[in-house]
Amino acid sequence: MPSLLEERTEPGLNPRQQASARATHVSSYVTRLGRVGRGLLGVVILALVWEFVPRLGLVNSYFLPPLHTVLAAWWDLAKSGELERNLRASVLRSGIGFAIAIATAIPTGVAIAWYRPVREVLTPPLEVFRNTAALALLPVFTLILGIGESSKIAIIIYACFFPILLSTITGVATVDPQLLRSAKVLGLSPSATFRKVVFPAAVPTIFTGIRISGAAAILVLIAAELVGATAGLGFLINYTEQNFLIPQMYAAILTTTLLGLAVSYGLVLLERRFSRWRPV
Amino acid sequence: MSAQIDLRDVGQVFQVRGNDDKRKRDFVALDGANLTVRAGEFVTLVGPSGCGKSTVLDLIAGLTKPTSGSVSVDGRPVTGPGPDRSIVFQQYTLLPWRTAQANIEFALEAVGGWSKAERAERALEYLDLVGLTEFANRYPHELSGGMKQRVAIARSLSYEPGVLLMDEPFGALDAQTRERLQEELIDIWRRTATTIVFITHDIEEAVFLGERVAVMSSRPGTIHTVVDVRLDRSGEAAEDIRGTREFAAYRHEIWSLLREQRSAPRSVRVEVASVA
Repeated sequence: MPSLLEERTEPGLNPRQQASARATHVSSYVTRLGRVGRGLLGVVILALVWEFVPRLGLVNSYFLPPLHTVLAAWWDLAKSGELERNLRASVLRSGIGFAIAIATAIPTGVAIAWYRPVREVLTPPLEVFRNTAALALLPVFTLILGIGESSKIAIIIYACFFPILLSTITGVATVDPQLLRSAKVLGLSPSATFRKVVFPAAVPTIFTGIRISGAAAILVLIAAELVGATAGLGFLINYTEQNFLIPQMYAAILTTTLLGLAVSYGLVLLERRFSRWRPV
Repeated sequence: MSAQIDLRDVGQVFQVRGNDDKRKRDFVALDGANLTVRAGEFVTLVGPSGCGKSTVLDLIAGLTKPTSGSVSVDGRPVTGPGPDRSIVFQQYTLLPWRTAQANIEFALEAVGGWSKAERAERALEYLDLVGLTEFANRYPHELSGGMKQRVAIARSLSYEPGVLLMDEPFGALDAQTRERLQEELIDIWRRTATTIVFITHDIEEAVFLGERVAVMSSRPGTIHTVVDVRLDRSGEAAEDIRGTREFAAYRHEIWSLLREQRSAPRSVRVEVASVA
């Protein structure tokens, strides 16, 4: 029997009974230990495959070194300070770009959702930009802003801007009209209505966009660093590849993965912190 | 702390676009509606769906302006929303990110005139009025439908409006909770002496709550008849007032009034309305 069918059709308390008993039904199929255990098992299997596939000669171990070689290379990079230098450069760039994108996209989105004329004027040009891939504009940014930091930060801003903008527009525009009516009945001013009703209601939706942007920030950053950078994880990947330092290259790729995981988990935690009032 | 409401020959016309012919035209939601609610009175408003019940409430609240006629509260014409009137809607309108207590404080912040400490104290006082003191720190999603509506009522009363407008506030609740809240509402009304206008499509609810029941007719919406409800609400009779013969008689009278509208041809109905 598929787990999905078993779990979803499992007999138990209905929502009303749960509410009156002030308790939550415990599924006999889902256990915390089982979930964590299986999750770990998945990671261990992945690590074993990585270790033994090259060792058994299924792929050329020069192009895909076994995991322990990569981890050793990673450790050497970390000890030499090389990893830290490149990681710092990357985090700084994406952090600045991400922050600027948040600081500009939210007010723009609010203005678009709040005022019809702004929306009608800005929507067509924004649609044009939104459908132009950020990386396609990389040469343009490099031409205009040069090969240094500003063009890289600019492209991160560009990539992060639209998800946040769109989610802000949706979040503000879809606030329950009943809440707005009750604010009106109370005689709340438009600015107070925004602060006390509209914005708090839109925060969860805005956060969805921020999470998408967080992932985009890392993605675009690495790509931007592959060309014309002297530091950064993308630079490190490119540099090691061109010098045939294959284990080091995998170590750098692994670091970008860890950075991406850290950003997305960090944002999820932050989101939870801000939306504790929501039912789970 | 109660106020009189006067509706004089109120008409309300909305712009609509026909679904079939795609043409813009006028839709008469209310036409020549007259109603006086005395200070401190509890009036219920019943009528078929689409007869403009909610429009009447929106007009008194100041959310819309009448196309013709006048709406006044305590002799002053209504020009917009104000802290002398409040509404409880059918849909739950609590802010989901604020606790029960903080939702009441929200109304007090909006109306203004209290310090932070006073707001907190007042919020608790009104939660006590609806019997929810121990749920002060619960978020709306942790409250049942009935509790949410109690908080909404407490919120509406917290700034002591002269008029409380209620738009089918118990419509989404189950029968037992609804009955209990109806009894509680009467109790609250007696204690606060607020003027209440209560919309419902439930005839029994209208008779149980209202000192007078205003029966509306539709297309165009107007106040058809106002029925005085004289029920003995003291002593033994009040125990199960819904079971008494008088209650049944009132219910039948209003039921007939609504029924008759449905079968009466349009021209006759207009005549009846103008006579009433």
